[in-house]
Amino acid sequence: MAPDTSNPVIKAEALDLTFQTNDGPVHALKDVSLDIHKGDFVSFIGPSGCGKTTFLRCIAGLEHPTGGSLSVNGMTPEAARQARAYGYVFQAAGLYPWRTIARNISLPLEIMGYSKADQKQRVESVLDLVELSGFGSKFPWQLSGGMQQRASIARALSFDADILLMDEPFGALDEIVRDHLNEQLLALWARTEKTIGFVTHSIPEAVYLSTKIVVMSPRPGRIADVIESSLPRQRPLDIRDSKEFIDIAHRVREGLRAGHADDA
Amino acid sequence: MRAVIPVLTVIAAIVALWYVAVVPMNIKETLTQLERGGAEVTPPSAQDRRDMGHIALVAKNSFAASATLSQDRPRLPAPHQVASELWDSTVDKKVTSKRNLVYHGWITLSATLLGFAIGTGLGILLAVGIVHSRVMDKSVMPWAIVSQTIPIIALAPMIVVVLYSVGLQGLFPKAVISAYLSFFPVVVGMVKGLRSPDQMQLDLLKTYNANTNQGFWKLRLPASMPYLFASLKIAVAAAMVGAIVGELPVQGGGLGNRMLTGSYYGQTIQIWSALFAAAILAATLVAAISLIQRGTLKRMGLS
Amino acid sequence: MMYLIAAVVIWLGLWALNAKLANGPNSDGRMISLAVPVIFGLTLLILWELAVRGLEVPLVILPPPSLIAQTFASQLPILWADFVQTFIKGALSGYVIGCAAAFITAILVDRYRILKLGLLPVGNFMAALPIVGTAPILVMWFGFDWHSKAAVVVVMVFFPMLVNTVAGLSETTSMQRDLMRTYGSSYMQGLVKLRLPAAMPFIFNGLKISSTLALVGAIVAEFFGSPTLGMGFRISTSVGQLALDMVWAEIVSAALAGSLFYGIIAAIEKRVTFWHPSQR
Repeated sequence: MAPDTSNPVIKAEALDLTFQTNDGPVHALKDVSLDIHKGDFVSFIGPSGCGKTTFLRCIAGLEHPTGGSLSVNGMTPEAARQARAYGYVFQAAGLYPWRTIARNISLPLEIMGYSKADQKQRVESVLDLVELSGFGSKFPWQLSGGMQQRASIARALSFDADILLMDEPFGALDEIVRDHLNEQLLALWARTEKTIGFVTHSIPEAVYLSTKIVVMSPRPGRIADVIESSLPRQRPLDIRDSKEFIDIAHRVREGLRAGHADDA
Repeated sequence: MRAVIPVLTVIAAIVALWYVAVVPMNIKETLTQLERGGAEVTPPSAQDRRDMGHIALVAKNSFAASATLSQDRPRLPAPHQVASELWDSTVDKKVTSKRNLVYHGWITLSATLLGFAIGTGLGILLAVGIVHSRVMDKSVMPWAIVSQTIPIIALAPMIVVVLYSVGLQGLFPKAVISAYLSFFPVVVGMVKGLRSPDQMQLDLLKTYNANTNQGFWKLRLPASMPYLFASLKIAVAAAMVGAIVGELPVQGGGLGNRMLTGSYYGQTIQIWSALFAAAILAATLVAAISLIQRGTLKRMGLS
Repeated sequence: MMYLIAAVVIWLGLWALNAKLANGPNSDGRMISLAVPVIFGLTLLILWELAVRGLEVPLVILPPPSLIAQTFASQLPILWADFVQTFIKGALSGYVIGCAAAFITAILVDRYRILKLGLLPVGNFMAALPIVGTAPILVMWFGFDWHSKAAVVVVMVFFPMLVNTVAGLSETTSMQRDLMRTYGSSYMQGLVKLRLPAAMPFIFNGLKISSTLALVGAIVAEFFGSPTLGMGFRISTSVGQLALDMVWAEIVSAALAGSLFYGIIAAIEKRVTFWHPSQR
């Protein structure tokens, strides 16, 4: 499927966000402009404090920009949130310990008023999607960290929003589990054709997953470089040894270094 | 600091509600008195008034509202009556007088403090024993926990009378009850505190080849301080309750005694002022411990 | 003298047994964890019995456990009537009303910031006060029967329950709350699906603290006046008649009621908050 370039799903123009803190104002985002199209897999990468998570939270309507404009599905982020336009995956799985995995996944469905039968059927299908079939009746604390994070992705997928926003979802997992989940995430993306926004601080992860890599730099948080990946959509793990992959990774690293250079 | 205005608002609301409640609470007795004094009240018959609701009586006799605020023996005294009684009985009377609340407060306070000191001391000792001896831990600790679910205070009258019959009276029996009540919270909190260092910290001391004694003074005791202070606050409040209840069966004075004699003779203002004196005393004790806690934890760099 | 020597010997013997069990290989097993405190309790009872007999302590100072047990068994009807009056009528009804009122207040406090800022410090302050002192006033207002005892219990349990529930309701992490926001959930949905379940450990802590206070309040309130019935009444009159065996029997009954009440709530807690790390 070729990406649809005519009408962006997420459109940010000259976005600004300043937090008022006790130590004075902090310029978290400055003049951020970006288009994200349907079916894109966009990674946000940069050192801590560069505003990548803040930008994702702006898209989710969890933070409110102080300047510029931002639209999601042609609506304000707030309206898009009310319309349940996206699923959000946090850094920690954040599953409720008092609910089973299946009941955790049906939590958003209960809130959005799906019928019991519909809930059951959707939970089954997303559990299958993240390869957790048979674990529905377990409690979160009976599962490994990687499985918990997969369950939280299932929870975000359960109500079938077109957009998936992920804030360093695999940051707390070890490298081997992370590789496996990255592979699964790509397969899931290929199958569901969702638009994904993905925050990370790992260069290989960003290059391996994305069709578009947004390199950000701190103080104030801004976009340093946007790299359109030339890698094919089908990506086996060993693509990471190819020259193309290494070239893109190199460019990301250059972008990060440039962001730091004018910081010094 | 930002909480000051909301807190004052809530307190003002409570005082206002209190005043509003005073009128219907006291209306019946007030009307009876006014009638005796020759005033016209509706309905005129005492029998009819008895069957009417308080609020309905207030509606029919609104002229009596101000009189309800200045009754001698009101069912509910007005805030200013309690305040002036508190002032009278602390400042205006001689400190040695039996009608001075400072005198009674001191009796209660000394029993509370003595009992608190004994209870806390023994509690800490037992906690140290429990942490260092497996036998003590296994045999005593379950009982210490169970004992918290038992209304120990029921023992108070008996302890006072039994100790009296063996010749002990005055301060000591009340202090025993206070000590007993403050003992168990301290044991449970202190054991938790002394056990709070994690395995890594204990292993670190092991690598220094530290002995049990050094481990206690350098790691376990400092680590237990936040827990100790948390339970000291509970313990001092419990000790105060113990002292007050311990004063009920004897004639030796004290705030509990003031409450009981007040309730015998229908002196409601006396009960309320004793209650407020007890509340102020308890709050002061808890605040004092908070202050020491803040100072200590700050010096230890824990807060 | 024989009694005292026997006491010392039995003390040493049973303590040695306990030391062996507690330091033994299987000391964390269920059986031994239960056996050791039971043996310790039995030791104390035997020591008490032998000491009272050996030292010929008068009955009006300390009756032996055997006599207390006898009195307990023979006076069951009276003890039961006292239990119903004080525990079922006074403590339990006050406990239910007080905890329910505190729970509803806590929800309101949690909903409105101004109440949280203003009412919570006052509640914290009240929770530390000797509230049992309101007993004479409430007895005057509500009469000598169980209604006044229930009123004292209501006032006593209200503030600890309030403070604990409010603390529990603010126990969620900002991530959990953000998650609910991404679903566009309403206030009620957030309360029912997230904050109430997360608050359960705290709510049960409040319920457990209150269970102890309830019995204390009901008994102490009877010291200020009661019908000729009830645990507090029986204790204070029996003390007056120097019938200490009856006092002790009543205390045994109060202890049983108190720990049973606590135990039931702890058992419910275990079922409701099975997911909490402290229960797993």
